[in-house]
Amino acid sequence: MPDALDFEQPLLEIETRIAELQAVEDPSSVRDEIAKLDERLTRLRQRTFASLTAWQRTQLARHPRRPYMRDWCKLLFDDFLELHGDRLFGDDAAIVGGLARFEGRSVVVLGHQKGRDTREKIARNFGMPHPEGYRKAHRLFEMAAKFGKPVLTFIDTPGAYPGVGAEERGQAEAIARNLRLMAGLPTPIIAVVTGEGGSGGALAIGMGNRVLMLEYAVYSVISPEGCAAILWGDAGKAAEAAEVMKTTAPDLVRLGVVDGIVPEPVGGAHRDWDGAGALLKAALRQELAALAQTPPDELIGDRYEKFRRIGAFEETASPARA
Amino acid sequence: MAWFRRKPEDTEGTPKKVVIAEGLWIKCDSCKEIVYRAEVERAGRVCPKCRYPFRISSRERIGLLVDSGSFEEHQAALSSTDPLGFKDTKRYRDRLRAAKQKTSTEEAVVTGLARIGGYPAVLCVFEFGFLGGSMGSVVGEKLARGIELAIDKHLPVIIVAASGGARMQEGILSLMQMAKTSAALERLGRAKLPYLSVLTDPTTGGVTASFAMLGDVILAEPRALIGFAGPRVIAETIRQPLPEGFQRSEFLLDHGQLDMIVERRELKDTLRRLLAFFADQPTPPA
Repeated sequence: MPDALDFEQPLLEIETRIAELQAVEDPSSVRDEIAKLDERLTRLRQRTFASLTAWQRTQLARHPRRPYMRDWCKLLFDDFLELHGDRLFGDDAAIVGGLARFEGRSVVVLGHQKGRDTREKIARNFGMPHPEGYRKAHRLFEMAAKFGKPVLTFIDTPGAYPGVGAEERGQAEAIARNLRLMAGLPTPIIAVVTGEGGSGGALAIGMGNRVLMLEYAVYSVISPEGCAAILWGDAGKAAEAAEVMKTTAPDLVRLGVVDGIVPEPVGGAHRDWDGAGALLKAALRQELAALAQTPPDELIGDRYEKFRRIGAFEETASPARA
Repeated sequence: MAWFRRKPEDTEGTPKKVVIAEGLWIKCDSCKEIVYRAEVERAGRVCPKCRYPFRISSRERIGLLVDSGSFEEHQAALSSTDPLGFKDTKRYRDRLRAAKQKTSTEEAVVTGLARIGGYPAVLCVFEFGFLGGSMGSVVGEKLARGIELAIDKHLPVIIVAASGGARMQEGILSLMQMAKTSAALERLGRAKLPYLSVLTDPTTGGVTASFAMLGDVILAEPRALIGFAGPRVIAETIRQPLPEGFQRSEFLLDHGQLDMIVERRELKDTLRRLLAFFADQPTPPA
C-alpha cells in the first residue's frame, strides 16, 4: 500500500504474508501458519493502536484514504442534494453543504471537503476555506433555523486559508459571524470532527449542542507545524508540538471540549469506510433522537452553557475594589 | 586594526548615554525617527513625525478613555492555571509569572465599569504586554463576565483589542474562548445593547475571528495591523510579496471591514458620541 504510514508498515507486512499464503494451491498445508500469523497480527494491531502518539493520530486524521465530507454523505445519508454559493461573491469548494435525509429525517449538512487527487486537492484548496465557504455555511445555518431542521457539521480542515483575498474579503469576520449565529441557532447542531480540526477554521462550523470526535481525529488551536514554528522556530518538531498541545480525542474529552468519541474500525476509518460509516451513523442517530425532542429555547440555553463552562482558571477571594 | 581597543566591560552598553536617551528621546516603532519623548506623551503616545500611535498599556489606555476616577475594575481575582502542564523552551507558569511582573497586571485583559463623557459602559481593555495580549481561559472568562454584567446592568460594552490571538499554551481551551465570547455577544445583541469594538495595533488571529469583528460599530486606530492570519504566515503560504499597506487599518477600511479610523486623541470623544447615540439622549458638551 503506497499510502501506508510508518507505524502501519509492520501490520501490512503480516497482512501481505497472510494473503500470499492464502493464495497457495493447497491452503490446508499452511493453515497453521496462517492462524499463527493472524494471531500475531491481532496482537500487534492492538498494541500499536492502544499506544498511538498524538502525532500518529494526526497522521491517521490526515490519511489520504480517510473518508472525506462527500464520502460521509454517501455513507450516512439518502438523497443528498448539494447547494452552492454564498450569494455574495462565489462558491467555495472547500466547504460542501446541502440538504439530506438521515434515516427518514430532513437534515441540513455541511463540512470541509479535501481533495483526493492533485487536481481535486487544488480545486478544494486542500480543505482550507475562504470567507465564501463560511458564508455559504452561514446561509445553510440560517436556512436550517428558518425551517426548523437539525444541522450536522463535519470538520476536517488544516485551517481557514491564510491568503490575500481571504483577508480582503474578511476571513475573520466570516468566522466570527458564524460563531455568533451558531450560538443563537434555535435548532439542534451536532458537530463531528472527522479528521483534522484546524483552529478557528474548524470551530467556524463547530459550535454544536454536541461535539463528537472520531477516535483518531485531532483538534487543536493551531496546527502542530505552526505551533512548532512559533515555539522552537522549527516546523519539523510538529510531533512534539502535537504532544504538548493535547490534541487527541481522549484529551479533548478530558478537557470538556468534546462530548463523545465515535469509535473507528480496527486500523482506522481509512481501512473500512462502510464500518466507519455505520459507527458514525449509530452515534448520530442517538444524539439526534435526544436533541429532536428539545425545545428551541433549551437548545440555545444548553449550547450557551456548554461553551460558557469551557476553560480553566483560579479565582482568589475578591480583593477590595478600587 | 584600531589603534585603540575598548575594554570588554565597556561594550555592555554605555550606561550614561542610554539613560539620557531613554529619558528624553525615543525611537518611533514605525518611522524609526528619534522623537522627543515629552511631545509623544502629550499626544497620547503618538509619534509627532508620522502620527503612528504607539502600543500602550491597558492602564494608559484606560487613562486616555475614561472620565477621571470613574474606572472600577471587576474580575481582577481571576488568574490563569496551567491546564495542559505546558512547557516549550520555558514553562507556561514561569511565563505567566514573568508577564505579571513585567506588566503589573494579572492578565491580558482588564475589565470593569467606567464612564466616558458621562455615559456608563462596561469597558474591557487588552494588555498587549501580557503574553502578546493572547486570549486564554481567563481572558475569555473575563470578557464573558463583562458582557453578562452589561446585560445585567443594561449597559453598552466597549472592548479595546490588542492581541496576537488565541493563547497557544492553553491549547484547545483558548480556541473555545472564541466560542464563549461570541456567544456572550449574541446574548448582548438579543438584549438590544450596543457593542463598540476598538481595534488597536495589533489585532490578529482568534481574537479578530471572534469578538473583535462582531462590533455593532467597529473602530480602529490608524495603521494598526488587523487580520486573521499573520502577514508572515500569508507571505510564506502564497510565496509572493504582500500588497502595500496590507492588513493595516486603512486597508481594512478600503475593503469595507471597518466603520471608521479614529486618531487616538479623538477616540474618547468618538466613543462618547456613539454612546450618546445609543442612549438616545441629548449629547452633553464634551
